[in-house]
Amino acid sequence: MKTFIRKRAVASGLSLIGLIVLVFFLSRLTGDPTSLYLPVDASLESREQFREIHGLNDPILVQFFHYARDVLSLDFGDSIRKARPALQVVLEAFSWTLTLAAVTMLLVTVAAIIFGALAASRVGGVFDRIATFFSLIGASAPDFWIAIVAIVFFSVYLGWVPTSGTGTVWHWILPVAVLFIRPFGLILQVVRGSMISSLSSAYVKTARAKGVGPRPIIFVHALRNAMLPVITVIGDQAAGMLNGAVVVETIFGFPGVGKLMIDSILQRDFAVVLASIMVTAMAIFIMNLLIDLSYAVLDPRIRY
Amino acid sequence: MTETTPDVPSAAGQSRFRRLAAMLWADKFALVAMIFLIVVLLCAILGPMLLDNLATRQNLRGRNAPPFDLTRGWAFVLGADALGRPLLARIIVAARNTIMVAAGAVACSLLIGAALGLVAGYSRRGLSQAIMRLADVIMSFPSLLMAVIVLYMLSASVTNLIIVLAITRIPIYLRTTRAEVLELRERMFVQAALVMGASARRIVFRHILPMVLPTLLTIATLDFAFVMLAESSLSFLGIGIQPPEITWGLMVSQGRPYLTHAWWLSFWPGLAIILTTLSLNLLSNWMRVALDPAQRWRLEMGKKND
Amino acid sequence: MTDHLLEVRNLSVEFHTAGGRVKAVQDVSWHLDRGEVLAILGESGSGKSVSASAVMDLIDCPPGKITAGQILFEGRDLLQMDSNERREINGKRIAMIFQDPLSALNPVYRVGWQIEETMTIHGTPRAEARAETLELLGRVGIPDPATAVQKYPHQFSGGQRQRLMVAMALALRPDILIADEPTTALDVTVQAQILSLLEVLQKETGMGLLLITHDLGVVAETADRVVVMNGGRIVEQGTALEVYRNPKHAYTRDLIASAPGKGAMSGGVAKEGAEFLKVRGLGKKYGAFEALKDANFELMPGECLAIVGESGSGKSTLAKTLLRLEEPTAGTAFYKGRDLFAMSPKELFAIRREIQMVFQDPTQSLNPRMSAYELISEAWAIHRDILPKDRWRARVAELLDQVGLAPEHADRFPHQFSGGQRQRIAIARALALEPEIIICDEAVSALDVQVQAQVIDLLADLQKRLGLAYLFIAHDLPLVRDFADRVIVMQGGRIVEQGTVREIFDNPQETYTRNLLAASLDPDPEVQAARRAARDLASA
Repeated sequence: MKTFIRKRAVASGLSLIGLIVLVFFLSRLTGDPTSLYLPVDASLESREQFREIHGLNDPILVQFFHYARDVLSLDFGDSIRKARPALQVVLEAFSWTLTLAAVTMLLVTVAAIIFGALAASRVGGVFDRIATFFSLIGASAPDFWIAIVAIVFFSVYLGWVPTSGTGTVWHWILPVAVLFIRPFGLILQVVRGSMISSLSSAYVKTARAKGVGPRPIIFVHALRNAMLPVITVIGDQAAGMLNGAVVVETIFGFPGVGKLMIDSILQRDFAVVLASIMVTAMAIFIMNLLIDLSYAVLDPRIRY
Repeated sequence: MTETTPDVPSAAGQSRFRRLAAMLWADKFALVAMIFLIVVLLCAILGPMLLDNLATRQNLRGRNAPPFDLTRGWAFVLGADALGRPLLARIIVAARNTIMVAAGAVACSLLIGAALGLVAGYSRRGLSQAIMRLADVIMSFPSLLMAVIVLYMLSASVTNLIIVLAITRIPIYLRTTRAEVLELRERMFVQAALVMGASARRIVFRHILPMVLPTLLTIATLDFAFVMLAESSLSFLGIGIQPPEITWGLMVSQGRPYLTHAWWLSFWPGLAIILTTLSLNLLSNWMRVALDPAQRWRLEMGKKND
Repeated sequence: MTDHLLEVRNLSVEFHTAGGRVKAVQDVSWHLDRGEVLAILGESGSGKSVSASAVMDLIDCPPGKITAGQILFEGRDLLQMDSNERREINGKRIAMIFQDPLSALNPVYRVGWQIEETMTIHGTPRAEARAETLELLGRVGIPDPATAVQKYPHQFSGGQRQRLMVAMALALRPDILIADEPTTALDVTVQAQILSLLEVLQKETGMGLLLITHDLGVVAETADRVVVMNGGRIVEQGTALEVYRNPKHAYTRDLIASAPGKGAMSGGVAKEGAEFLKVRGLGKKYGAFEALKDANFELMPGECLAIVGESGSGKSTLAKTLLRLEEPTAGTAFYKGRDLFAMSPKELFAIRREIQMVFQDPTQSLNPRMSAYELISEAWAIHRDILPKDRWRARVAELLDQVGLAPEHADRFPHQFSGGQRQRIAIARALALEPEIIICDEAVSALDVQVQAQVIDLLADLQKRLGLAYLFIAHDLPLVRDFADRVIVMQGGRIVEQGTVREIFDNPQETYTRNLLAASLDPDPEVQAARRAARDLASA
C-alpha cells in the first residue's frame, strides 16, 4: 500500500510542479506582465519602476527562477487591494470555501449513496424512476439560475432566509442547497450505475444463496465494491468546490476563494490570483491523496 | 446460461438504423429529448436569419412586458426584456451562439482528446506518461478560473471561448480513450490482427477506434450539456460572450437586476438551458443502454407487449 | 405430497433478451433425495443451471419469469413462499457453490468473515461461528486456518478458493448442496481434489448433491443419476451407468460418441526432411518471474505437436514468444533454418504469413464489428501481394466452403454465428494467408463437446489436405490423445517430458505426467468406478 500511495503522491506532485510552470508561462505568454500586476491606469513611470523592482527586465529564465523560489517559499507578494500579504487574504477566504465545501460534500455523499443504492436495487421501479429523473434535472440545472430563482422565491417572496452574507446558520442554507444539487445528481447517477453492475455480480449471487437479506446485500456486499468509481466522482466534485464555487459565491456574496479570485482578476490583483491558484491546487493535491488512501482502505486488492 | 443460438438470418446496415429508431421509440423520454434537441438545433440554424430584426428591435413602451399576454403578438408570449425586446424571439436567436460554442468546444476536445488518448494508449511508456501528466495539470487547474484568466487576457470572442472550453475538457476524452485502448489492445482480436502482421495504424483505426467510438459519443453528449453550463456561467459572470451578441447565460445575467419585479427575464432563458441539458442527459443515458449489447434488452423488452 | 427431498415439477422459465423472449427451460421435472448425487448434464445454452437458480431464488424478474411449475422442498412449494421464508432456507437448508470462485467470493471482505456470515445471518452467535469457521477450513483442507481467515480471496489459489466456497456452503450442514460447474474453471488435478472433497463431505453429512456440469467425465466420477438437458428440455434421465451404456435419445448418443479419448493413438510421424521449427533454450522472464525456462523441441512438417500443462505451466507464453507477441529473454527459434528472433521487421512481416494462430475463444478473437468477409479478407489487405482485390470475394467463398460454412455467410457478423461457426471463421482467417504452421492455443476448449469434435475433425482434414503442421496447446488430455502425434508436457515453465502420444499415454516417465493422466476423467462410469476403487485401495 505504501508504494501505491508513494507512486500516487509523486504523480500528483509532478502535476503540481507542472501547474507552477504553466501559470508562469501563461502569465508571460500573454504579453506584458505589468498589465497583470498593475492597475489599468498606472503611469508609464510606475510601470518602469515596477519592472525594475520585480526584475521584469531580467532574462526569462532568471525571472522564472525568482518566481519559482517565491512560490516555493509561499511568498506571493502583497495584495494591492487589501495591502496585506496575499497568502493571508487567500487563506482567510479559503477557510470559508473549505467549510462550505465540506458541509455540502458531506451531505451530498451521504444522500447520493443512500438514494443511488436504493434506486439500483430495483431498476425500473417507481423509486428508481423518481430518483433518476430528479438526479438528471439536478445534473442539468445551471447553478446560477437555481441560485437566483431560489433567492427570488425563498428570500424575496417568502422571506424565509437572508439573500446574502454569512452571519447565521440561515445564511448557509441557500448556498449549501444550491451547491448540493448538481453533485448530488451526478454522484447519484454514478452510484446507481456502479451498484447495478455490482448487484448483478457473482458474489452477490453467493450472498443471496447464503440467505443474506436485501438490505445487507445492498449496503454490505454490493456497496463497498461499487464505491471505487463513486469515490473518483466525489473527488472530482469536491475539487470543483475547493476551486471556489465562483458563481454561487458571487451571487450569495459569500466571501470564499472563488469570489476572491474573480474580484482579484477583475481588479488586477495578480498576487492574490497566484496565491489562490497555489492554495487551491495544494488543497486538491491533499484531497487526491485522501481519495487514493480511501481506495486502498476500501479495496484490499490495492493494499496488498 | 441463457445464450440464444444466434443463427438468425443476416441483418446488417440499413436495419441497424431501424433498430436504433425502434429503441428510441421504446424510450419515450429519450424520444421527447431527441425531438426537443432537433427543435433547438433548427432554432440555432434558422433563428437568427428569420428573427434577428424582431429580436433586436427596441420598444420602450413594452419594457418588461409580462408573459402570457398575446396582444403584442406571438413573439411576446414569454414577455419582453428591459428594452422591450420580445423574449421568445431573443431566446430563439440566442440558441445559435449557445449551441455553437458548446458544439465547437465539444468537437475540438473530442478530436484532440481522442487523438492524444489513442497515442497515449498505444505508444511507448514515456510519451504516454508525458501526455497523462499534461492531462493531470489541466485537470488540477480550476477550469472556470482558467477560462476567466484566458478570456480576460484575450478578448471574449466565440472562437476564444470555444478554445478555452475545449482545452478544459480535453482530459475527459483523453483519459477515457486511453483507458479503453489499454484494455482493447490486450483483446484477442487485436492479438489476432498482430499475428497476421497488421500495422499499428491499421490496428488503431480498424480495430480499436470503432470500439471506443460509442463510449466517446455518449460522453460527448453528456459533455455538451456540461460545456453549455460552463459557457452560461461565464456569460453570466460577464466574462463570456459580450453584448450585443447574446447567449442564454448572458440573458439570465441581464435579467438579474429586474428579478424582484420581472422574474421572467431570467427565468425563461434559464429554463431553455435546463431543458436542453436535460434532453442531452436523457439522450446520453439512452445511448449508454442502446449502444451496449448487454443492456439493450431493457429497451427492446419495452416494445414487446410488456 | 411427495416423498422426495427436493422435487422440481414441470418448471418453465422465460427470459427477455435482445432477441425477444427466450424460453430458457420448458416443462422440466427432476427430483433429488438425501444422500444422492444427481447430475444435470448439458451444454451452454441448454438451460441446465436455470432450475437450480429457480430453487435458490436467484432468477431476477425481470428479465426472467417463472411461467409454470412447482419446486417442492420437503413437500412445500418454494415458489409459493415469501422471500423471508426462502432466505431462511437458502444457506441453511440448501446451499450453492458456483463456477468461478474468484468472482463468487466478495473481493473486499476477509474470507473468515464471509464464512461466518453464513452462520450469523441464520442465528449462530458470532463467537461460535468463528470457532466453527476455523474447524470448517481445516475440514476442507485449507492449511493454517487461523491465518487463512484473515486473508482476502485474491490471496488464495483457484482450488483453495473453491474449497473456501465449499466451507461456506457447508457451514450450516445443509440438506442439499447445489454445485454449478464447480470445477470447470480449475485444472484437472485440482478438479480431482475438489470432486473427491465433495464426495467425502457428502458421505459424511448424508446431504443430497446436485451437480450441474457439461462434462461427461464429472458425471461418470460422481453422479448416481443423471438428467440430460438440451435446448431447455430434459431429453433423458436415468442412472449414470444406464444413460452411458444405453442412451435412448439421439442427442445423448451423439454427446457420448463425441467424447474424445477413444481413438487410435499416434506413434508419431516419420522424421523425414528438415524440421519446420527448431527451438533451443527458449526462456521468458517477467521481472524475476520465469514464465518459461530452457525449452527445446522441434516441429516436423505435417506434424501435430501438442503442448499440455495446467494453468501457469508456460504453454501460452511459449506460443506468444514464437509469434513474437512477447519478446523472449533467452534462446533461439529457427523456422526453416532462419532465426525468428533475429529477424528485421520486414522479414518478420513476411514470416507472419507462414505461422498463423487460432485463439481460444472465437467470441473474443473476432472483431465483433467486422463481417466474416471483412475478417477473412483482412489478411489480404495486410499482405497485398497474395491476392488481387477482385478475387477476394471468390476466395472468401472458397475458404468458407473449406471450413464447412456456406458462401452466403460472408456478410454476417460474428454475433450471428454459433460458437463453433465462429471458430470455423477464425480457422478460415488463418488459412487465408496460406500458412505452413498453425498454432492452436486452446482452440477448442471453449466449445461444447460435439462442436469440439467437429472442429477437431476439420483441423485433421485440413492437415491432411494442405500438409499443415500444428502446435496444439491444450489442457484436455483425451483430446490430445486422439488428435496429436507428439506431446510435450509442461509444468512451471519447464518441459518435463516429451514423446509420441503412445509413449506418453501408455508409458509416462515423470510423476507429474502420471498425475495428470490419472486426474483426467473418463466418460465411462465403470472406468471411473474402477479407478476410484483402486485409489481407495491405495490410500487405505
